Amino acid sequence: MLPTLQLGPLAIQTPGLMLLLGLWLGLSLAEKIASKRGLSGDHLYNLTFIGLIVGLAGARLGYVFQFLDAFVQSPLGLFSLNPGLLDPFSGFALGLLSMLVYGKRKNLPFWPTLDALTPVLAVLMIGVALAHVASGEAFGAETSLPWGIDLWGTTRHPAQFYELAAGLLILGILIRPMNATATPAGTLFLAFLALAAGSRLFLEAFRGDSALILGGIRAAQLAAWAILAAALAGLDRLSKPGEGASHQTG
Amino acid sequence: MKFMQQSRARIFYGLILILGLAWLWYSSNPGAATGGKIPAPQAGFLAPNFTLQTLDGQPIELSDRRGKVVLVNIWASWCPPCRAEMPAIERTWQDFRDQGFIVLAVNSTAQDQLPTVQAFVAQNSLTFPIPLDESGEVTRLYRVASLPTSFFIGRDGVIREVVIGGPMAEALLRSRVEQLLKETP
Repeated sequence: MLPTLQLGPLAIQTPGLMLLLGLWLGLSLAEKIASKRGLSGDHLYNLTFIGLIVGLAGARLGYVFQFLDAFVQSPLGLFSLNPGLLDPFSGFALGLLSMLVYGKRKNLPFWPTLDALTPVLAVLMIGVALAHVASGEAFGAETSLPWGIDLWGTTRHPAQFYELAAGLLILGILIRPMNATATPAGTLFLAFLALAAGSRLFLEAFRGDSALILGGIRAAQLAAWAILAAALAGLDRLSKPGEGASHQTG
Repeated sequence: MKFMQQSRARIFYGLILILGLAWLWYSSNPGAATGGKIPAPQAGFLAPNFTLQTLDGQPIELSDRRGKVVLVNIWASWCPPCRAEMPAIERTWQDFRDQGFIVLAVNSTAQDQLPTVQAFVAQNSLTFPIPLDESGEVTRLYRVASLPTSFFIGRDGVIREVVIGGPMAEALLRSRVEQLLKETP
């Protein structure tokens, strides 16, 4: 685990660096294949950039509204670069909304745009896994298996590395379909969603930090199962006779 | 032909979902979250206990503070971000100490000089306890790779968040303490 990289007086947060690297590499890959799907790489960059900026601003505002007293006492905190002063839910909701508004204004086709963004999500998934490797978060359950790693006081499943392997496998599976355009629009995105949810459903069982509900059921597995079901229902709908042709983009 | 393919795909999807549900049920385990039971310097784990002498010569033990919200801040006087965040920590402590907030600003004395520490504390009128880690044992126990490193600990003794580096924004300090104080013991 390497949570910080000490460069002289600078302590660089490795997990954040991994996420930025994942985003940059994902965007570069997405830009290359966007034109094949009839989209401009610039539009894709702008869409992601707007989502990111509005998402960050929204996350900060959401946090400020939750802890108004703290910011009244220390108003400069509003402009702090500290990532701890963000509310992920507000950021996600506002970032998504801004992307929808931008897409609508630029008349970006919904499903092909999601397909074009899939490489960003797939590479970001690897970035998240690497961030977990660096920070030691998302750690595994205790195990006596020979490949267990010593972490946080005991021998554990190397859950962060399972996550990394799953991310690489999903990118490997999807790299050919990413370049193919003969499938109905939306297939690539839904296939990624199904694979990502399926891997989470499987791998969550090896985690030691799961939030538990209803006497031991892992909440993340339940959410992953629901996402998997929705993605498979979407794929089923796309494969209906007549549906595919109407979404053809290639 | 396409209808047949779709039927096969549906059976496959249905099978995946049934297997998924079976796996979810099979892997459910009330004892799965091991975090809060083991001491480790990571969010979700019990804060490792330590006993140190403070700057004014008093012995102080972390486990005695169970039931309070604790900020363990590991710092050194030569570290600019550590120095920069101390006044904000002092103000936050002054505002919340009556509600059960405690600061243990562990000086990593093994890599510092006591007279400089004393001068810095006096100059900034810091009034919270400053335990001295003269052997460097606590710095190692908490796996501190970068100074300052701060650990926000809940009333149950479990670390809620680790902040590596600094200076922490005062709003971050205040909001975290406010949030932890609201938690039921």
